[in-house]
Amino acid sequence: MKFTLSWLKEHLETEASLDEILYALTDLGLEVEEVEDPASKLASFTLAKVKHAEQHPDADRLRVCTVETDEGDKQIVCGAPNAREGITVVLCKPGDYVPGIDVTLSVGNIRGVESHGMMASERELELSDEHNGIIELPSGEVGQKFIDWLAENDPAKVDPVIDIAITPNRPDALGVRGIARDLAARGLGELKPVAAHDVEGQYSCPIKVVIDADAQEDGCEVFAGRLIRSVKNGPSPEWLQQRLRAIGLRPISALVDVTNFFTYDRNRPLHVFDAGKVKGTLHVHRTKGGETMVGLDEKEYSFPEGCVVISDENGVESIGGVMGGLASGCTLDTVDVFLEAAVWDPIQIAKTGRVLKINTDARYRNERGIDPAYNMQAMEDAAQMILDLCGGEASDVVVAGSVPDVARAYTLNAGRVVSLVGMDIPESEQRQTLTKLGFRMEGNLAHVPSWRPDVQGPADLVEEVARIASLTKLEPKPLARPSVGVPRPILSPIQVREQMARRTAAQLGYNECVTYSFIDRASALLFGGGSDATMLENPISSEMSHMRPDLLPGLLQAAARNQARGFHDLALFECGPAFAGGEPGEQRLQVTGLLVGRSGPKDVHGASRPVDVYDAKADAEAVLAAIGAPAKVQVLRNGEGWWHPGRHGQICLGPKKVLGVFGELHPKVLAEMDVKGPAVGFTIWPEEVPLPKKKAATRPALELRDLQAVERDFAFVVDAQIEALTLVNAAAGADKALIEDVRVFDQFIGGSLGEGKKSIAITVRLQPTQTTLKEKDIEAVAAKIVEKVSKATGGVLRG
Amino acid sequence: MDDLKQKYLSAIADAGDEAALEDIRVQAVGKKGEVSLKMRELGKMSPEERQVAGPALNALKDELNSALAAKKSALADAALDERLRTEWLDVTLPGRGDRRGSIHPISQVSEEVAAIFANLGFAVAEGPQIETDWYNFDSLNIPPHHPARQEFDTFYMHRAEGDDRPPHVLRTHTSPVQTRAMEKQGAPIRVIAPGRVYRSDYDQTHTPMFHQVEGLAIDKDISMANLKWVLEEFFAAFFEIDGIKTRFRASHFPFTEPSAEVDIQCSWVNGQLKIGEGDDWMEVLGSGMVHPNVLSAAGVNPDEWQGFAFGMGIDRLAMLKYGIPDLRAFFDSDLRWLRHYGFASLDVPTLHGGLSR
Repeated sequence: MKFTLSWLKEHLETEASLDEILYALTDLGLEVEEVEDPASKLASFTLAKVKHAEQHPDADRLRVCTVETDEGDKQIVCGAPNAREGITVVLCKPGDYVPGIDVTLSVGNIRGVESHGMMASERELELSDEHNGIIELPSGEVGQKFIDWLAENDPAKVDPVIDIAITPNRPDALGVRGIARDLAARGLGELKPVAAHDVEGQYSCPIKVVIDADAQEDGCEVFAGRLIRSVKNGPSPEWLQQRLRAIGLRPISALVDVTNFFTYDRNRPLHVFDAGKVKGTLHVHRTKGGETMVGLDEKEYSFPEGCVVISDENGVESIGGVMGGLASGCTLDTVDVFLEAAVWDPIQIAKTGRVLKINTDARYRNERGIDPAYNMQAMEDAAQMILDLCGGEASDVVVAGSVPDVARAYTLNAGRVVSLVGMDIPESEQRQTLTKLGFRMEGNLAHVPSWRPDVQGPADLVEEVARIASLTKLEPKPLARPSVGVPRPILSPIQVREQMARRTAAQLGYNECVTYSFIDRASALLFGGGSDATMLENPISSEMSHMRPDLLPGLLQAAARNQARGFHDLALFECGPAFAGGEPGEQRLQVTGLLVGRSGPKDVHGASRPVDVYDAKADAEAVLAAIGAPAKVQVLRNGEGWWHPGRHGQICLGPKKVLGVFGELHPKVLAEMDVKGPAVGFTIWPEEVPLPKKKAATRPALELRDLQAVERDFAFVVDAQIEALTLVNAAAGADKALIEDVRVFDQFIGGSLGEGKKSIAITVRLQPTQTTLKEKDIEAVAAKIVEKVSKATGGVLRG
Repeated sequence: MDDLKQKYLSAIADAGDEAALEDIRVQAVGKKGEVSLKMRELGKMSPEERQVAGPALNALKDELNSALAAKKSALADAALDERLRTEWLDVTLPGRGDRRGSIHPISQVSEEVAAIFANLGFAVAEGPQIETDWYNFDSLNIPPHHPARQEFDTFYMHRAEGDDRPPHVLRTHTSPVQTRAMEKQGAPIRVIAPGRVYRSDYDQTHTPMFHQVEGLAIDKDISMANLKWVLEEFFAAFFEIDGIKTRFRASHFPFTEPSAEVDIQCSWVNGQLKIGEGDDWMEVLGSGMVHPNVLSAAGVNPDEWQGFAFGMGIDRLAMLKYGIPDLRAFFDSDLRWLRHYGFASLDVPTLHGGLSR
């Protein structure tokens, strides 16, 4: 919402400075977004008088002037045709910045003659496009500041333009008067009374108005109009044009400018029809669908069913409260004008505006809410202004529907203000604030002014009082902790897990990424997503059309981007939600890591090697251990299809309880996602890890054995498809009391063993608890181990 | 006897290696060595002679033995020194490096925020990111067609044909967690709710996904003055600047009343933003007293309970505190950015150890 300081002062009697007004506006919740103060760039210029002017010795078009200034007589070379003796001019001195030519002046030498400054044209001071000569002022004293002269003689030229942001609850501040009212309530002056005109109808209005039944509910509340005949339309007076121009509106004609004036002055959109082009009665009705109208913006609109429009016998003439039609619009030739003031249902305005994609000042105001109680008076005030500017003769007023009754009142609980805001505002001050804002106090009952649709309960009264009192003055008050003493932990076990998982992954060398929760459909499809349920109705681009089914596609895309930048060895991870469906709650926390390329850069120790599935497995296990997963898990195959079918494992507690998965990415997936492999990854679902049964800090007692442990190595030849874990578990089961640990330490495939065979070597650690082991005890266990392994895997001890 | 002593001591001193030294030992004090042979001769001596020669021979033997031992150890040291001399390595070669991981600024700042509010008794609440339109809007006093709805640039989820429910939305703010937390826990309550939020906007300063943290405190007598104190304390703790100046401006949000936007003091010097100094103000959050309609919607009696809520951008806090210029880069996963702006895995922010790194 833009307005000028002088416009504001039409409604506000105030001595406050511009800065005071700007501060108050922002503090009141009418946030100042921009101020354009033309005076600021003219501040250094003063008036001077040309005492003498003569031809430049070396240039036909230049004159050498002696100019009387506040610093004595100066010599200035000037090329303006009107530079002559006796005129009062605007002087720019050396050191001044001249905005129109973007130059900071210095003493010049023009064809051998020194020049101490310049005399400015209007264009050089950005006052207008006038550049035929320098400014000649009809009055003013030498040394007077130019801005002071302007303020006195041509105030519009130094009128600051203020642009404020309007929150949706404050339609009243979409009129300058509403803004003035807020400032007056703050104490920055007095709200000036506004004239209420009364234009007596000279004749009966020949145009009838009707609100059809289908538009009476949630359509149009009241539709009033009157004819003003024999007007003389033309350009509006300069003061009005200037005001509109100052806030960025184009003056069109007196009739149209009047409606724009009321829109900005009083938040009161109006419409004027050229009555000569209206045929028959004006009907307010809903569209059936398919009607068309060319709007004042010269675009054709085609209506869906249900828009509220105004039609005559020629068809749709205006989109009620949104935009008028071109056919019945006023032109400079308009002689008879039909003035309309109506109250529309705000929701219906919003719907119509949205569906037709029309954004006008009228729509903006009508959908936020205008003052319905002003509707009939607006008819008078606007008619008077038209008569004043264009002459003519007004008819009586025709009305369809009735002005809605928005009267309501809420109890002011002065104590509540103090308790809720925490600010000690005396009751008398509270009442005064509300009164100044237009509330009518009746005992403790505050009657809401008709221009404040946002006030809907006692809490809104509190807000008004606090806002006007200024939240800047609010004294902070300590908030006691809910319980005295040392604060207790507040994170839930899952939240702690998330942090642990994240920091463990970072400790393992992964860089944490935060990627978008939505990805493209093709990538989503690769990872089991891409269904319509997870699709956005209005995605910002096709790259972000579906909720991600998994974190891997986002990380793979990140890897591809980094590879394109020349980084080939990557360890990326993310901790965040993946979406299985489109309902709230169909999201699950994942921790996903991705390794691409080599384990590290080439190095002198020869440690760099391509990443493989065992890197991913180790990291998955480390993250699981960090979040308290049990050490004993199963590793099952048959995971999702984006893994290499033979090189992945699901970390499970039983076949249904999957805690995580690790593996090598399927080469097809890598190719689709444009990632150069090798690439391995893991995912952990922290919520799947069972919570510990009881939460006690005490550890079980440490049992240390004094007896010597014994380690024995075994190598078994088994079929190549036999899994090491099966063998290890079989060995460990041979004597659960004695065998403390079984470790695989070597694997050898093929070679002398023959096709389809491999050898797995294990170390078994035996820890006796009662007596020292004798050789025959060890041999007995060893035999049992061989037997168990053989039974479970068909393996034989390697000779 | 002195000759004997001199002869062997000088032989020991001259011995070049352990083998030579062993030869000398055998010659001198070995079983058939010169000194041993002389000791055998003691038996043939008179008691008087023996009394003189015996101790002298023993002393000689001891002296030679210790000279041998000393020489042996000296030779071993020399040999070791010689070996070590050959074992020189170029220690300027790089160590066996590990990959260095990093924590994303959003995670770090979220933990910083949680640490501060935990101290004031706020728990961490969570809610779904695909949200019903009721939780995201209606429950927060934003009925259908409220003009505020249009200002959110909401992402809507697709609705299957025949499903006439209003479409779900990607939550446009963390505020629906207020409603969910109050439904679950009732009052009194103190929670913060950090997380991802979504708005259909993409330009220099906007991304379609960003992060907010919501705050909610409901009790019998919590006032806006308490809100101001909490936020000022928060900013002082978060930016680690005592007495950081804030400005409360009246504003409007449908879910709070009265409402305030909060600015913090800042300056722009050569394009660099500095928090806590200068004459400019930077808007950092929206806040206010929870609207009675919001309390009612969540099943909390507004005649009995009152309190405040606020919401601020985590990404923005991170940008302000750590001088990160571009929001869009947060979600680009550029390795160079992650390394430059990321945090070490063990840099866990704590109040006692400090929040900034």
